[in-house]
Amino acid sequence: MDDLYREQILEHYKNPHHFGELTDADITQEGDNPLCGDVITLYLKLDDGRLGDVRFRGRGCAISQASASMLTDMIVGKPVNDLKTFPTKDLLEELGIQISPARMKCATLSVNTLRVALDGESTDEE
Amino acid sequence: MIQTRPLDVEAVRADFPILARKIKDKPLIYLDSAATSQKPAVVIDVMDDYYRRYNANPHRGVYLLSEEATVAYESARQRVAAFINAGSPKEIIFTRNTTEAINLVRYSWGRVNVRQGDRILLTEMEHHSNLVPWQLLAQEVGARLEFLCIDDRGLLQLGQLEAKLEGVRLLAITHQSNTLGTINPIKAITEKAHRAGALVLVDGAQAVPHMPVDVRDLGVDFYAFSGHKMCGPTGIGVLWARRSLLEAMPPFLGGGDMIRRVKLTEATWNELPWKFEAGTPSVAEGIGLGAAVDYLGQFGMDKVRAHERTLVDYALEKFQEIPDITVYGPGDPEIHGGAVSFTLPNVHPHDLATLVDREGIAVRAGHHCTQPLMDRLGVAATTRASFYIYNRQDEVDHLVDAIQKAQKVFS
Repeated sequence: MDDLYREQILEHYKNPHHFGELTDADITQEGDNPLCGDVITLYLKLDDGRLGDVRFRGRGCAISQASASMLTDMIVGKPVNDLKTFPTKDLLEELGIQISPARMKCATLSVNTLRVALDGESTDEE
Repeated sequence: MIQTRPLDVEAVRADFPILARKIKDKPLIYLDSAATSQKPAVVIDVMDDYYRRYNANPHRGVYLLSEEATVAYESARQRVAAFINAGSPKEIIFTRNTTEAINLVRYSWGRVNVRQGDRILLTEMEHHSNLVPWQLLAQEVGARLEFLCIDDRGLLQLGQLEAKLEGVRLLAITHQSNTLGTINPIKAITEKAHRAGALVLVDGAQAVPHMPVDVRDLGVDFYAFSGHKMCGPTGIGVLWARRSLLEAMPPFLGGGDMIRRVKLTEATWNELPWKFEAGTPSVAEGIGLGAAVDYLGQFGMDKVRAHERTLVDYALEKFQEIPDITVYGPGDPEIHGGAVSFTLPNVHPHDLATLVDREGIAVRAGHHCTQPLMDRLGVAATTRASFYIYNRQDEVDHLVDAIQKAQKVFS
């Protein structure tokens, strides 16, 4: 079994969490990697300073879609102010695999899109 | 005189040092030559020799080293001219790559000759390098872009050609699609274009490395290609154009080497080809390209093409063993050059390329710098396997096995 495509990642890819749309979303944000063709749309419902609910739609490689699914689990219910600076490394740790430089854009599409949606700033060390 | 030599794949493989490399303990299977080819030792060696023995700025120095550098660099130009049957080495303009060669035509010829309301005809299968320069020119001068469409087999709909040539100043077209592998009938297309009063520019980046190309027989006006896809180094490409066109065109970049006489407020231009080569050229790379055309020339480009045709024929048949695969481009290997693109319903091209890399197989995944073509095919990306003189049939077998293994991961 290939470690990059370990069971947890394939499971999120095949059965993504929070997949779909929110018709009453407060923020809808699209993100894409034109080089790969990965696309996602995040639907965010705010609730008294917290992220009340989240959905996403998207298509692309397993890494991009599984990471989006994992991210939704990590952010739902959290204070929006914290999410503005959600660290990319937390998501990469959750993915738990070695991401090659060529695939990094796939792995971080969802968190980058979240940051744009909340008008936040990157805290990554570049 | 160029030595001739049979195209014996095992002997060829021994010429390429990189093919001895292991990828995660597995032999490297390099199936991305459409992106860049590997380099034989003879090419690496002549560049190394230049830097070690006679590195000097050509064309100006009166000392021996500079003279040797000039002779080596200009001799490479002569051999490149012979390789594509140019009328004269003066018609061989060294550029950085195909992209720069096309942009040279855009700036030098295009800005003078394409006017508001004129049309530029392109095709749906162009690489971004033969699309974006014309978008920029069209925006600048107010010209219009028109496109020849492809059919579902990945062939140009040539029935449209005559109608679409109406009012066209330039037809810019690829000789062989880097994504579909389609080989376009350039000679016949050029005859029609000329009858309609259009000039023809050909993107030959995928053709010159893989098949015999005779620019005079094709009858085209501009022909561009890159060194690094034909066993040569990066950083050197070629624009060939008919001499009368080059004579009439203003310079591209200004600077040293491209001038005859410079005064404070004006200058006159050097003769061809140097009028278009400002600044210190890529000397080592030019010399490397000369060695590359010698290397390919010893086999004969008809033999190179025949070898790749056999591989494509085999791959098109063998890929049918892969469940649910969609293969793009012509089914007839006679008009399908050495690049085969495909998609699978359940495995994204990037995941597939990552998984087969674990088996030591290098393939390309993505849009291959042909985003409009991806839109036309209705996909975001494809996986592409591309072949060259050093590839063997059993490498296709390994690829097919690796693809089926990847399918199991995602099943």
